[in-house]
Amino acid sequence: MSAAPQKAKAGAEKIEVIVKAVVPLNDLVTRFEFERRGGALFPPFSGGAHTVVEMQDGERTRLNPYSLMSDPSDRTTYAISVRRDDEGRGGSLFLHNHVKVGDVMTITFPVNLFSLDLRAKKHLFFAGGIGITPFMAMIEQLEHMNGNWELHYACRSESLGTYVDVLSYKYPNKVHVYYDDQKQAIALEDLLDGQPLGTNAYVCGPKGMIDWVHATASAAGWPDANVHSEEFLAPAPGEPFEVRLCQSDKTITVGEHESLLEAIERAGVEAPFLCRGGSCGQCETDVVSYDGDFVHRDHWLDDEEHASGKKIMPCVSRFVGKQLELDR
Amino acid sequence: MTIQFNDETFRDDYSFHNSDWAIKRFPFPFHEDSYMYAVNMEQHRGGPEGSVYEKRFDVDEHYVAEMRDRAMVLADDPLRCQSLPHMTLAGWDLLELIMVSKSEDYPDLFELHRDGDQWRWVNKPMGIDDSFTFMDETTLPYGPMEYITRQTQGDFCVLDQREDNLWMDAGIVTTQADWSLDFDIGMNFFEWHAPVPLAHEKGIFVRALKFLLNIQQGAPARRLNWTMTVNPLLDTSPENYHKWGIQKTTLTPENIGSKQHLRVELQTFFRLPRSNALVFPIRCYLCSFQDLMTMPKWGRRLHRVVRDLPVELATYKGFIDNRPMMLDYLSQFDDGLPTSPGVWPDFDTEPPLQK
Ligand code: HEM
Ligand code: FES
Repeated sequence: MSAAPQKAKAGAEKIEVIVKAVVPLNDLVTRFEFERRGGALFPPFSGGAHTVVEMQDGERTRLNPYSLMSDPSDRTTYAISVRRDDEGRGGSLFLHNHVKVGDVMTITFPVNLFSLDLRAKKHLFFAGGIGITPFMAMIEQLEHMNGNWELHYACRSESLGTYVDVLSYKYPNKVHVYYDDQKQAIALEDLLDGQPLGTNAYVCGPKGMIDWVHATASAAGWPDANVHSEEFLAPAPGEPFEVRLCQSDKTITVGEHESLLEAIERAGVEAPFLCRGGSCGQCETDVVSYDGDFVHRDHWLDDEEHASGKKIMPCVSRFVGKQLELDR
Repeated sequence: MTIQFNDETFRDDYSFHNSDWAIKRFPFPFHEDSYMYAVNMEQHRGGPEGSVYEKRFDVDEHYVAEMRDRAMVLADDPLRCQSLPHMTLAGWDLLELIMVSKSEDYPDLFELHRDGDQWRWVNKPMGIDDSFTFMDETTLPYGPMEYITRQTQGDFCVLDQREDNLWMDAGIVTTQADWSLDFDIGMNFFEWHAPVPLAHEKGIFVRALKFLLNIQQGAPARRLNWTMTVNPLLDTSPENYHKWGIQKTTLTPENIGSKQHLRVELQTFFRLPRSNALVFPIRCYLCSFQDLMTMPKWGRRLHRVVRDLPVELATYKGFIDNRPMMLDYLSQFDDGLPTSPGVWPDFDTEPPLQK
């Protein structure tokens, strides 16, 4: 029922920004700071939120999500910290190699799929590598609210310890750093065991670390609801495949290095999305018919739905087989 | 446009009334000649000029009187406004959203002056001019949610989002269609919707929740809901059922046109930035049957909708006993002509009543 119907747009609302600083932090990670074009303030955001950065890379539009890591109470600046991924699909390479101070870019309004549970008596953070970024904003938010937090941060080496210096300087008693190359490891079981009632745990890092924290917490009797994680999936490459979009009456080919969602967009078909990382659910698409196998990679659909052959999340999932038809 | 605020009541002598302007912009909720629950959500980014959909928070001629009524309800029953401790940040988010929206959308009525966290809020219709420190509760006479919603029409539920669900952890509810904040506080989306018939089976709530969890900052949404109320009562709460329930038996064929009101809720949904909570304003509009009948299309359509509404819905909405009398009245305004699609009255193009 529509009173004054408006066409829904794909994705979140957008903000035009100007790159105000590009700060290399170490061999792999660079911080990009944005100010809003026209000088207005940015919308406030909550720790854990991300933004999707639009990149015009030659003919291609790349859309990559990055956690906002600046202080949420500073509305003059948004910042992201990006790890260069030499093997990946190029978004991070584009940022590292082509983006410079003064460039105009488009990013989305903040979207939070990894927010603090504000009821928690204590927030226990586990970061691995570049997974530190959402915690940077969460920590600042909690500091403003006198929140109780503690960070356990695993890095490959001292030289790749992004923000270790700032964090240890500002919060020497709350920040604990572990270097892989020095064979230091988080004593997870002990840590989870000794927490006050009402503690919430948050983990962001490689998939192995996320699984480890969930499994260990679960074995220690933690309620699932008290353990939060965020893992951005980058769409993985795969064999090209053909798809029929029946609503728009188009047949498209998904290239090796693009996602199904990107191929749909390239064909000029508007498709909903938010996270582009398999976790928000927004891009859920009905399968009309198929002959082959799905390569489901999302966190949204459950096992039953994955097995049903009725749904696919085109931002991260692919298909191998003879024929696929989608309701789009 | 300056709004002429009505001096009127929603209790005792019920002097509430709609001007011609208010009737014309009444959010008639039926876009076709029948009604069933649906996931009827759309974006809330403006609407036709002068319509209730145009502004983020609609202010109309009933504003000052509604706020007076709210203050009376709260004085009698402080539990109509509750906020669990972790929801204070969301309260500030809401205060900011409303102050910014109203001062931008109605600059002649509201002003917001900000200098860092030193804020000054001017509400001309209510004669308020307060200075306070943003995020410092001690500088306001009430908590931030209560402060601003005592100055904003409509009920407000503030939902915490966690575990892929929404939790009713704060709210101010004084103009509700027979449900209670005190009862629902702390419940999740499925728990507080448990009493609703048919919609669960249709999978409506599962899909609606998925939609709500994804509502993003800067991209609010809205939907309409409706029910029936005898006498222009804002506070039809379970707490006061003993006072208003009985009034349903006072309808007669003579007074039904003026006493029976269609009650429409314009429900909107906004993501709150600092807390990641969701706010759900429920704005109530009342219009008497006789005023609705001044629009021939609405007369035809309302008769058909009420006549064909499933028993479960008429029962849940509390008018099953009065339905025959409503139909006797409404049928006088239905000549069987077809109606144009959509909710608008189309006064200039729809034929006048042919009987
Ligand atoms: C988070 C926002 C929402 C809140 C706080 C909320 C709250 C409520 C409450 C308290 C009731 C009364 C239940 C009772 O009888 O005790 C209700 C009824 C209902 N809700 Fe929601 N609701 C929300 C969103 C939605 C959405 C998105 C839909 C979309 C389909 C929906 C559909 C309904 C329906 C169909 C009813 C029955 C109303 C009637 O027939 O009068 N609600 N809601
Ligand atoms: S866009 Fe979020 S799951 Fe696909």
